[in-house]
Formats: sequence, structure tokens, C-alpha cells
Amino acid sequence: MCLAVPGQVLSITDDQLRTGTVSFGGVTKDISLALVPDAGVGDYVIVHVGFAISKLDEKAALRSLELMAQLDRREAPGPS
Amino acid sequence: MKYVDEYRDRTLATRLAERITHTVHRPWTIMEVCGGQTHAIVRFGLDALLPTSLTVVHGPGCPVCVTPVGLIDQALQLASLPHVIFCSFGDMLRVPGSRGDLFGVKAAGGDVRIVYSPLDAMTLARANPAREVVCFAVGFETTAPAWAMAVIQAKESGLTNFSLLVAHVLVPPAMEAILSSPQNRVQGFLAAGHVCTVVGYEDYEALAARYRVPIVVAGFEPLDILEGIGLLVTQLEEGRAEVENQYVRSVRREGNRQARAVVEEVFEPAPRTWRGIGEIARSGLQLRPAYAAYDAAVRFREALSQAGSVGVEDPDCRSGLVLQGLIKPPDCPAFATRCTPEQPLGAPMVSSEGACAAYYRYRSHVKRET
Amino acid sequence: MTENKSYEPACPLPASGKQTVQLAHGGGGRLMQELIRDVFLRAFDNPMLAHLHDGATFPNEKGTLAFTTDSYVVHPLFFPGGDIGSLAVHGTVNDLAMCGAKPLCLSAGFILEEGLNLETLRRVVESMAKAAQAAGVPIVTGDTKVVDRGKGDGIFVNTAGVGLVPAGVRVLPELVRPGDAILLSGDLGCHGIAVLSVREGVAFTGNVESDSAPLHQVVGELVDSGIEIHCLRDLTRGGLASALNEIAVAAKVGMVSDEAVIPVLETVRGACELMGLDPLYVANEGRFVAMVPESDVESALTIMRRHSVAHQAVRIGRVTAENPPLVALQTLLGTHRILDLLSGEQLPRIC
Repeated sequence: MCLAVPGQVLSITDDQLRTGTVSFGGVTKDISLALVPDAGVGDYVIVHVGFAISKLDEKAALRSLELMAQLDRREAPGPS
Repeated sequence: MKYVDEYRDRTLATRLAERITHTVHRPWTIMEVCGGQTHAIVRFGLDALLPTSLTVVHGPGCPVCVTPVGLIDQALQLASLPHVIFCSFGDMLRVPGSRGDLFGVKAAGGDVRIVYSPLDAMTLARANPAREVVCFAVGFETTAPAWAMAVIQAKESGLTNFSLLVAHVLVPPAMEAILSSPQNRVQGFLAAGHVCTVVGYEDYEALAARYRVPIVVAGFEPLDILEGIGLLVTQLEEGRAEVENQYVRSVRREGNRQARAVVEEVFEPAPRTWRGIGEIARSGLQLRPAYAAYDAAVRFREALSQAGSVGVEDPDCRSGLVLQGLIKPPDCPAFATRCTPEQPLGAPMVSSEGACAAYYRYRSHVKRET
Repeated sequence: MTENKSYEPACPLPASGKQTVQLAHGGGGRLMQELIRDVFLRAFDNPMLAHLHDGATFPNEKGTLAFTTDSYVVHPLFFPGGDIGSLAVHGTVNDLAMCGAKPLCLSAGFILEEGLNLETLRRVVESMAKAAQAAGVPIVTGDTKVVDRGKGDGIFVNTAGVGLVPAGVRVLPELVRPGDAILLSGDLGCHGIAVLSVREGVAFTGNVESDSAPLHQVVGELVDSGIEIHCLRDLTRGGLASALNEIAVAAKVGMVSDEAVIPVLETVRGACELMGLDPLYVANEGRFVAMVPESDVESALTIMRRHSVAHQAVRIGRVTAENPPLVALQTLLGTHRILDLLSGEQLPRIC
């Protein structure tokens, strides 16, 4: 229902909307980072209709991919 | 780490699917609530990887699909006004009201603009001070903060020619409506990761406990969906009914506090009619009285009283049953016969996230022939 | 783009000094004569056009004549990597090339909106002249009409083209048969994304340039090489998916294509993710597919890769006897789905 995609923050301006330039595979768009005060340059954020709604947690992402890679067919990974 | 290709890995997808097949011993029916997940399932052919005893039904999670005819008629009415610039997300333009769609209004001279963001609509309002910019504010919890931020910005910057026709809906009441229906056959939910990114999943814990139904918050990439389904069937097989979070890289239990705060500031819950389902209490959002100046329903009360909506949907259209997961799109007698993306009877055939359109576009050989 | 950089047409202001197109510019009188002389003739000048007849005649050689026409209404008029003028030349040159023809000459018809800035028109016309020059295909006749303000969108361009199909060459969708290989000339989606990137309301920045380019040289070499080409199709509106569907219907065959080998630039993929678009449906103006027998695959790819417009040429699938006229796509995960025709224009999918 809600097309939201990951992008990387390239720069942030100090305006009311905390407008940042965010790169999506090389194309960039001005995005409001007002709702993700902890996101800085270099971080990946999830963007929906012009607003970043979360900062992606790289450690959590790597850990879950690691779990998938080690997956044994009979053993489910524990809930996070 | 770019958070896209890593989650489309063929080897890992195959392994996750094998694990699901290994886990499932009994037939189960699960629902992915969100249209974005429906889209991913059909685009990547994920259903072909799943065991046949597992039935995946598609839920009401497409805001375009559930917007009732009456509200679309109001949109058509406002978009036809000569001094109005009407802004909408792209998908909404093709959805039929009782007398045509927004594309038709545009062709007849209405100033209808596709925008990517509420911010683009505000830019239009600033650039056209003599016109009224009205936005069709559709969406779920994910989109609400963006509209709320726009309204707050409009108020702070003294923008007076900007208003919203609010059609916002909330997910948990719709899930509860499905679960409390006597015909319900959904035994577990994949909850929408982006909705939960904003509001968290505390609300789902009560739902899981009350209806004894497992709920897994999942992302939108193939590996997310397969891992989410794996967690869900594991719970079902073990007789558990808990809330689990697969989408840990984006979703925290409490959601996004800043986003929740701006929504709370601007909007309040309201009853809302869902297309094909009916009215559900406290399942929508409306602007709080303090922001009534930005409410198109208030601002254009007189024009809207002339909308004359009949709010009638085609009797052959079973989209209500599809949206509640009671039937799959091909089970509808009108599917791919009277109802096609060219001549849609119901909204789920219009939006590319609509379950019917997704099935029509991406259906496999087998499904097309049966 | 294969433009001749040394070619710099100089285009002074019309004698009347008017800076916008007036209704009278299409009225057949003096102003129209000025427009033709100072804008179009100056740009397109060649012996065949110099006759200024209603149409052009040209030497008849052995072979079959190919004739095509197409209208261009792109908005905005200028976009990264091209504009409506170069597009109108490449599009019609490519339509001829897809018939296996060597383009001989083009016509250019303009529908101008009252109030259009003449400087804008001049830029478009210069771009057309450059594109025609670079392609080696002259514009030999034309027409201009002006419509009331509000009845057009600045400039509409129509180009028609005539080409010669060498004796013995037949390139038609119905010749496609099971077992043929499907070759794709390059990466998908640059044109559509470049145009979208400058459209009001959805604009974004990126180094995505339109792929708009003439394809007649690479096609000419394929045809001359004696390769048994069954069908050629450029991938314009509706993209690869629509082209394959059209051919599958015409040839009453099925097709299977492999998503993993279809080249798409990372920037185009990024833009498609952002807008919720599928690159397989996005328009191209310099890409084509060729259906050739298995035995000719290697020689066809070798020829294609020698040309800059097709250097990424790759085999993306095969024609089958099963499930006509369905086009199946093997997804990145190895599953199959139907690659259907799009019902209308692909809209940015936002929620």
C-alpha cells in the first residue's frame, strides 16, 4: 500500500523540513528528513512520498541476512 | 549494503521457500494485508515457490482500492471547479466514481496534477496564490505523517490556498473487521512493514491475543516476504499467536515517535467507509478542528453538497470479498471477462497494487488457463 | 548520440522580427513564407527540398519502398539527451529501419501553438536538422499549421519517411517462428526516465540521458550481412514488454525471456523503484529487439556490438511454440510470470 524505498542521504540542509539530498541508485531527490532526526549523511533511510520515515539499522539488516544465509531447513531463526 | 539487491537473492529465496515447505504440515490460509506485498508476490512469482497447502490471500491494503465511490465523487466535483488545482497521486486518476474518473475531469478541462509528494502540492500552492490547491489525501498510516507535515507547514507559513480532501484509513480496524467476520478464514497475517515503521506494532499485540492469530510484520522485498511467511507458518504449526517483527532494519516496536506526534497533532480518528466492505468505526482519520481551515470538506461544503453522489458500485464486482480475503480475484465471475484493467468494474482492477490488477498482470500460465 | 559535432547551423531571427508564433505563421501568407525560409529551409536545406513542391520525388531504385509516419507530442519539449526535434527524426528513421529499409528521406509537419516562443521553435528545428544530418537522411518536404493558444502544447511534430528495402529482404513479425532467439540491442528505460526526470510534479535529478538514437546503420549492416532476420522492433512506448507482446500476437508464438540478463542502468533502476515503475514497460527511443534463427545468433550479436547504439547487445530469450501468444518472464528468483500488455500509460505508483 505504501511504496517506500531505501535511499542514501548525501547532504542535509538546516531548514524547517530538514531537507536532504537522497540518492536512489544514483538518481537524487530532495527529501524531508524532519521525521528522522537521528539520520545523518551516509545513512540509508526509507522514503515515502517525499519524507524519510525511518533510518535503516545496518547492524540489524546484516544480522538477519546472516541468519538467512546460515539457515538450516529444519531450524527457524528466532524472533527478533 | 544498498537494501535492495541483497533481498532479491535467488539462492536465499530458494532456501527460505524450502524451509517453508519443510515447516508446513497442515493447510493454512494467511493474508498479506498490504498491496505493496501483493505486488512483490506477483512480480517475483513468489506464490510459485510456496507449498500448495499454503493459501495466501490478498488483503485490503491498497488505499486507492478502498476509497469509497462517494469520496471519489467528491474529488471529481472539486477537481471540476474552475479555480481549483486538484493534486493526486498517480494511481488515483483512473479509479471510477459513479460518474467517471479524474482523467475524465482532466480531459474536460479540470486542472488535475499528478504529484509525487505533498511537498510538490505545497509548491504549486505557493506558485499559484490566486488558485485553490486541493489535495486528495489518500493513504494508510505510512502516508499520514507526510500530509500532517504539509498541513503544519501550511499553517506556519501562512499558506491559505491549500487544503486536503482526506480519505485516510487505518489498518488495525480493518484487520479486526476481517477477523470478527463469521466468514473469516484468515489464520495469520503478514502485517505491512511501512505502516509499522510509522506506528509500530503495539496495537497488533492486542489483536493477536484477542483473536488468537499470529501476526508477522514484514518488509517488501522477496526475502522479507518469504522470511515473514516462514515465521508465520512456524507459529501456526506450533500453535503460537504472537507478534513478530521480520522487518527489523526499519521497524521498532514503538514506531517513529516524531511521525506519530505530527499525525496526532493534525488528525483524529473518525469512522470511514471502505469500498466494498462498508463503514468501520474509527478506521479513518480526519483533520482536527484546529486545522479545519485546511479541510476541503469544510472549505468547499457548498460545492460538495452539489456532488450528488449515488455511491453505487457494479453488482457483478466482488471486490469487497476480494479485499476481505474471502475470495481470490480469479474466483470473481467478472474477472478478466467483464472486468479488465481497460474496463474496470472495481478499484482493485485499477490500481497496480490492487489485487485484481496484480493477478491480471502477472498471473501465471496455470492461473490464466483455469 | 551520434550527432556530428562540427555541424553548427546558424539560424538568424525571422525578418519580421516577431518573437512568438502567431496564427498568421500558419496562414499561408508572408509570415508563413518567412517562417519556411528563415527557420525550416535554412535548417533543412537540400536540393530536393529546394523545389518547394507539396511533396518530394526522389530517384527510384531497385527494391521495395518503405513509407512510415509518426507524430511526436512529448512533454516537456526538451529533456536530458534530446528533444522533440531529434526524437522526431530518430523515431521515423528507426521505424523505417525496423522494416529492414535504408531510410532515403523524411518529411516534417509542425503544429505550433499560438504564442510559442520562436526561439524555442528554432532550437527544435536546429536539433532536427542536426539529427537528420548525422543520420544522413534529408528532410525533403514539410508543412506548418498554427492553432489557437490553448489548443496545442507548444509544438507537435509529425515526420514521415520513405526508405528502400533491398531486394530479397523481408522483415515481418509473422516470420518469427519457434526456436528463434530474441536479441536486445542495449539497456532499457533511459528515454522514459529522462523525460520523467524533468516533468513537473515528479522531477528528480540524475545522470539519466535519453537513449534516442538512429538505428538504421546497425540494422543496415545486419541486413547486408545476409543474416536471416525474421523481425525487428524498436522499443518505444510501452517498452520491451509491449513490443514482445505485439510480435507474439502477430506471429502466433509464445516467448520466454530471462529478467536476469536484461540490462538496466542502476540509475534507471533507482528511478523506477522510486516511482514504482517497471523498466520493462518504460519507453526507449534507441533500442530494438531482433528475432533471428539460432544459427545466426553469434554473427548478429557480433555485428550489433560493433555499433555504439547496440554495443551492449545481448540475447534475452527465445521464441516457443507453447502458450501462444503469451510472453513469459523468468524472474530474478527463477520463477515465471506473464509479461502482459499494459492497459494504459504507466503512472508513477506512489501509494
